[in-house]
Amino acid sequence: MSTFFTEDHEWIKVDGEDGTVGISAYAAGQLGDVVFVELPEIGRDMAKGDEAAVVESVKAASEVYTPVAGEVTAVNTALEEAPETVNASPDGDGWFLKIKISDTDELDSLMDAAAYKTYCDGL
Amino acid sequence: MTDLKKTALHSHHLSLGAKMVEFAGYDMPVQYPLGVLKEHLHTRAKAGLFDVSHMGQCFIIADDGTFETAAKALEKLVPASIQDLKPGQQRYSQFLNAKGGILDDLMISRLAHPGTEHYLYLVVNAGCKDADYKHIKKHLPKGVTLSVKDDDMALIALQGPRASVVLGCLNPAVEDLTFMTHTDLELSNVDGGAIWAHVSRSGYTGEDGYEISARHADMAKLWAELMTYEDVEAIGLGARDSLRLEAGLCLYGHDIDSSTSPVEAGLLWSIQKNRRSKGSYLGASRVEAEIASKPSRRLVGILPQGRAPAREHTQIQDMDGNTIGEITSGGFGPTHQGPVAMGYVARKFSKAGTPVQLIVRGKARPAMTAKMPFAPHNYFRGSS
Repeated sequence: MSTFFTEDHEWIKVDGEDGTVGISAYAAGQLGDVVFVELPEIGRDMAKGDEAAVVESVKAASEVYTPVAGEVTAVNTALEEAPETVNASPDGDGWFLKIKISDTDELDSLMDAAAYKTYCDGL
Repeated sequence: MTDLKKTALHSHHLSLGAKMVEFAGYDMPVQYPLGVLKEHLHTRAKAGLFDVSHMGQCFIIADDGTFETAAKALEKLVPASIQDLKPGQQRYSQFLNAKGGILDDLMISRLAHPGTEHYLYLVVNAGCKDADYKHIKKHLPKGVTLSVKDDDMALIALQGPRASVVLGCLNPAVEDLTFMTHTDLELSNVDGGAIWAHVSRSGYTGEDGYEISARHADMAKLWAELMTYEDVEAIGLGARDSLRLEAGLCLYGHDIDSSTSPVEAGLLWSIQKNRRSKGSYLGASRVEAEIASKPSRRLVGILPQGRAPAREHTQIQDMDGNTIGEITSGGFGPTHQGPVAMGYVARKFSKAGTPVQLIVRGKARPAMTAKMPFAPHNYFRGSS
C-alpha cells in the first residue's frame, strides 16, 4: 500500500484499485478545529479534481478534491457526529471517503510522502 | 504589498505564536496556538484577553469647557441620547448618513475623572475610523473639537467570568463598575509599578468583562501582566467573531452597513425614547418613518437545522422557494454547539420560529428564525 499527496493537501492511500482519501496533517492544522464535514453520496462518479467533500472550521468552509478519478465506494460517516476526528487523526480515523480508482496511471501526477514534505516546507 | 500597521502589542502576538492576518490595514492575530474553538470556550469559561488597539479612540471636547455643548454637537450625528449621559456612563450608538444608513457603530462615554467630565470619549471601528473622523470634523460646529488618540492610546478587552477577579487584583475598584459604566484609575502591580488606565465594563462577547485603554508603553506592560494569570488566555479575531455572533452583536460591514438602518438592524433599543421623534440628527427621517410604519426587512437570528454552517451571503428562501433575504454573518457557535447565523429577511418572516430554507452549496436546507443571543448574555448589572 502506498500513499500519494496533492498540492491541495489531500492524501490517497492506494491498495490496487482501492483508494482511501483524506486531508494531510498540515491541512488539518491550517484549517483549525473542524466542526462539520459534508461527504459525497456512495456511487458518485468523480473526475480527478472534482469536489468530493467539504470541511468546515469555526471560521470557514474548504473543499476537499479527489486526487484521482473514481467511484465513491464508502464514506466515513463517523465524521458526521465526530468531525474533530479530522484534527485528532488526519492520516488515520479522519479519512473522508474510499473510491474505486478509474485509472491508476493518474497517480503518477501526485507527490509521494518525501516530495510532499518538501512541498510543505516550501510553503 | 502595502506596509501593515502594527499595534503596540504586535511583538507580544508574534512571541505567543499567533497566526497573523491583515485586518483593516493592521497586522492582527486571528488566532493563537490554542485555536479559535478553544479560545472561544476559554473566554466563556475563564477570561480572554483581546488586543483591539486597531479600533479608533477619540475625544470630542467643547472649547467652552461644558459637556452640554459637546453633547449637543454629537447628538446631531447619532440617534442616541447624549446630553443626559452622566459622568461614567457609556452608550452604544451609530453614525448615520443623510439617508439613515449606518456609517459605523460606536461606543460613546462621558468621562468621570474630575476635570474631564465634559469630555466625550468615542471608540469606533478600525475599518471605519478614518472616514468617521472626517465625518465628525465635517459636521462639528465651531468651538467643538475632535481629538484623535490613536497614536497615543492602545485598547484591550478582558472578557469572561474571571475577568473581574483578575483585573480586581490590580485595583479592586473595577469590581464595582456595572455594565456600560467606566472610570479612570490606577492599575497597580503592573511591571512593578502603577499605570493609569481608562476601564469600562463592556465588551463584544456577551460576557462580563472590561475594555481598557492605556498609553502604548503602559499597555505592553499591562498585557504582559494580565498574561501571567492562569485564567487568562490571549484570544484572536477569529474567536472574537464567533463570540460576538453567538451574543447576537452586529459586525459593521457585514450585519450593518451604509444601506441598513438601525431599525432594520434591530437596534431601536439604542435610540432612547426622547430621541425617536424630534428629527434632530442626520438620517432621522428614515429612522422615524421606519419606527412609525416598520421597515420592509429585519435582521433576525437564524438557526440552521442539522450541523452544516450557513456562511455570509447564503440565500434565505421561504418554504415555497422564494428568496426572502440573505445571511450576513454565519458560522459555528462553539458554545451553542451548532451552526448559528444572522441575516435580513422580509418583515413577515421575521417572527422567531418561522421556518425558512438556506441554500448551501446548491441544496435547500431547513432553518428557523430565532431569538438572539444564541448564548446568554452574562453582563454584570450589580450585585444586589
